[in-house]
Amino acid sequence: MHEDHPHDHAPDHDGPLSDYQLMEIAVRELLLEKRILTADEIRRAVEAMDARSPALGARVVARAWTDPAFKSRLLANGTAACEELGIEMAATKLVVVESTPEVHNLVVCTLCSCYPRMLLGLPPDWYKSRAYRARAVREPRAVLREFGTELPDGVTVRVHDSTADMRYLVLPLRPAGTEGWSEERLAGLVTRDSMVGVSVPAAA
Amino acid sequence: MNPRFKPGDAVTVRRAYPPGHLRTPHYIRGHHGIVERVCGSFANPEELAFGRNGLPALPLYRVRFTQRQVWPDYAGADGDTVDIEIYEHWLERV
Repeated sequence: MHEDHPHDHAPDHDGPLSDYQLMEIAVRELLLEKRILTADEIRRAVEAMDARSPALGARVVARAWTDPAFKSRLLANGTAACEELGIEMAATKLVVVESTPEVHNLVVCTLCSCYPRMLLGLPPDWYKSRAYRARAVREPRAVLREFGTELPDGVTVRVHDSTADMRYLVLPLRPAGTEGWSEERLAGLVTRDSMVGVSVPAAA
Repeated sequence: MNPRFKPGDAVTVRRAYPPGHLRTPHYIRGHHGIVERVCGSFANPEELAFGRNGLPALPLYRVRFTQRQVWPDYAGADGDTVDIEIYEHWLERV
């Protein structure tokens, strides 16, 4: 540290580009050069992607907790029910799996990182890690414990491996002690992790 | 294509190891399961991966497997399951 420069700098992590980063740049530059896309269109698509967050999924869950007819429609056709709430689903085929006092659901994509991005935004790094992808199917209960989720005896664990065209959202069990809560207040309890199934929402 | 299987049907996943882009996880090949639902028909990803159109679309199923059967040393409960999406050409009737 230099005398007249008395603060630390975080190290830069600008290592050499990976093959995939180089490929992305090459394809993007070609799309621009051939006028298939404009830079502004690419920027807008990235912005739309970044704007999606678990708050969308939380709205869906809170509605299902308070409106039984909506819940039946959601379980029958997840995509159509989310569109009812004005959520843009694009080509996503959503399957909603309901956790109950008897069944706990957990979502993984063992092949890559398929994730309901239209409802939860980008997946967390752990969801994409080889450790999670391998262990969530092999020893889901150990993985749940590491996330602080202890299931009562007698609860069945149902893992959903998102290997193809469907995307999965867990409809968690509504926490006890939330009777009479507004939809908005309930939505505040619904975390990203509880919609993947590694945790359960609790009324703090 | 009309789906060959319906919910409740007992099926086996083909034990095959062809090269290419496959969506049938290794760990489930050769195992028995029960069709949980028919998801509709989708272009074949094994063809799409090579720039072809993947048509005719193939029926896709969600198949439910008992964890105890998939992993002989499974440490959870007997009733625990794993549901996996599998295209029709990977399934055989038991």
